Amino acid sequence: MKKYLALLLALAMVFCLVACGQSNEPADDGEAVTITYCNFNSSGGNEETLQKMADAFHEANPNITVEIETIAYDDYFTQMQTRVAGGTAPDCYELNIENFAAYANKGLLAEITGADTSALNETALNAFNVNGKQYGLPESFSNVVLIYNKDLFDKAGVGYPTADWTQDDLQAAAEAIRALGDDIFGIWQPITYNEIFKVVAQYGGSLLNEDKTEFTINTPENIKAVQTLVDRVIDSNVQPNTTQQGGMGDWDMFMSGRLGMIPTGIWAFQTFTENCDFAWDIAVEPGSTQKATHFFSNCVVMNPDTKHPEAVAAWLSWLTGSTESADIRLAAGWDLPALKDMDALSAYLEIDPPANRAAVFESLDYLVMPPVIEDYALMSDIIGQYLAAAADGTMTVEEAMNAAQADCVAQISLG
Amino acid sequence: MKLFKRSRGLGQDGFLKASPFLVPSIIGFSIFYLVPMIISIFISLTDWNGLDRLFADGFMQEHFIGLQNYKDILGSDEFWKVLGNTAEYIALYLPLMLTTSLLGASLLSKKRPGVGAFRVIYYIPVLTSWVAASLIWRSILAPQYGAMNGILEIFGITGPGWLLDEKWAMPAIVLVSVWKDMGFFALILLSGIVGINRSYYEAADLDGASSWKKFIKITLPLLTPAIFYVLIVSLINSFQLFPQIMIMTDGGPNGATQVMVERIYKYGFRYFRMGYASAFSWILFVIIMTCTAIQMRGQKRWVNYDT
Repeated sequence: MKKYLALLLALAMVFCLVACGQSNEPADDGEAVTITYCNFNSSGGNEETLQKMADAFHEANPNITVEIETIAYDDYFTQMQTRVAGGTAPDCYELNIENFAAYANKGLLAEITGADTSALNETALNAFNVNGKQYGLPESFSNVVLIYNKDLFDKAGVGYPTADWTQDDLQAAAEAIRALGDDIFGIWQPITYNEIFKVVAQYGGSLLNEDKTEFTINTPENIKAVQTLVDRVIDSNVQPNTTQQGGMGDWDMFMSGRLGMIPTGIWAFQTFTENCDFAWDIAVEPGSTQKATHFFSNCVVMNPDTKHPEAVAAWLSWLTGSTESADIRLAAGWDLPALKDMDALSAYLEIDPPANRAAVFESLDYLVMPPVIEDYALMSDIIGQYLAAAADGTMTVEEAMNAAQADCVAQISLG
Repeated sequence: MKLFKRSRGLGQDGFLKASPFLVPSIIGFSIFYLVPMIISIFISLTDWNGLDRLFADGFMQEHFIGLQNYKDILGSDEFWKVLGNTAEYIALYLPLMLTTSLLGASLLSKKRPGVGAFRVIYYIPVLTSWVAASLIWRSILAPQYGAMNGILEIFGITGPGWLLDEKWAMPAIVLVSVWKDMGFFALILLSGIVGINRSYYEAADLDGASSWKKFIKITLPLLTPAIFYVLIVSLINSFQLFPQIMIMTDGGPNGATQVMVERIYKYGFRYFRMGYASAFSWILFVIIMTCTAIQMRGQKRWVNYDT
């Protein structure tokens, strides 16, 4: 009952915001301006870091004051949706990649002109470029590497993963580690949408054709890629099935020392450092016909209704591309800035474990971006649901991929 | 207990006197319920994405699609599957909830030492937040390391995968919902039991009736108004099943626990199809109204308003 009413309440808020949000302040260029910046990424630990950045920016640009509003991730997108629809969105705000696609395609973002993007990583920058217009600037990035338990590799007598490994090497090592015991597993690579769009790229496939006008979910390459992952659960069982997982998470199983390898995000480093009582290290993820690695990035965007576009552009380019902001970010151990010049990140490389931290940056050479379309969330839920069916054996991989293709075609119209 | 009995109108004079006191709640009701409800009717006739300005000029001309959303929903396999999931929930939840809360209420109505403490204990789950309760139950129901299967194992039973198993996910949700709601409905039934005139029982005692006979012949018939209320409220709640689903399964595994409000939320706030979501909520509204109307009509056959 309550949640249902909450939906109505949200609609009521839209109505009220529209009714009350029509005040018109005169623009005052050249004078002191205050801009508002909304974000989710600093919530839960880095609120002060972000405030420090805003203060440093204000010191360098005394005319511009940035007012920061931080909303927890769980509420952020619902709230932002209401505010955007009600015309009371902040001057600039943060978006993750799937919401960026929806917002940009619906024409809710301003092209950011006059920003200095020279210091930013080009792939990341391109991800937020729609039809030649830069609607977002990459603010931070993280990626995925292969994390492995050195002790289990030693016990199984297998050499550590290297950057040259392919899926076949991985399979062999996983089998050797699986043989160590009934409740010891070789690898856990979640069979989910987020994992799949990368794995199919490793087999030369993709979920969409190149100009994103058609779904190509059930191509032979994709089916082969998913089959490889499913076989590891059902066939060779080097990866735990749902019963063997027993409701335990992949990180937890790795930290308990029962998992040889786990391809996961670099945001796991801190947790693993604190909780693993065995030696571990990282390597660039193995590929198949080619290498492909994850790359996640949040971006900052501009509200087309802002009265101070120059001030917003100045703040956004400082926040994303300046060494000052990067230094504050790194000193706090927050996420990595999406900079082109990785020398700025040398302090990051010195932290051990993992010893092979350079693999984080080597992985960037093979990065693939999520296939960004307007109906991203719907596509990922449809594909995710059929992957789950394939993973627990209720459908064959081919059936699941065919069904996912049919459902996506039926429910989503591509531009 | 005369629930739902038509009361005499206030009359013009009474209404004028009452109106100043009603203003605050009417304002609140209009802003937060009535206006959004009316707006949502219009939204349900559009393909609004939930992001574009709703009151921009020409919005209706551009986005009006008539009854297309309703046609799409009723013509989709998903709708019927979701309705089936809800029906499964109701079929399991209603009988289980009713018997446990009846049992609870009749036990709690006895004047025994310590009954006050038990009344509190029964009511605690009701006061617990759904979020906290769902998170705890999720770990209790974890197949290999959860407490539930650990207890079953003591009796030599290998427990199912619960929330991770397509067949068991909905029964697991039902189990948790019964645990959570039982106290509330038991309290309502308890007040009904306490309200029954003691002289009926005294008369039955003189006739030498067993306590089972007394329960069947006196308590149950005189409790029907309260049971009727419990049935209506719990049926409406069942159609609006949401927080436990979102937290414990998120509609999975393989869509086995997708229900209407979960779909409405996903369409409105995750897939940016607010028009479709609004139409979905109006269909839900009609379903609930119809079910309640049928119950109201049916009550004449079995609800007993003599006290």
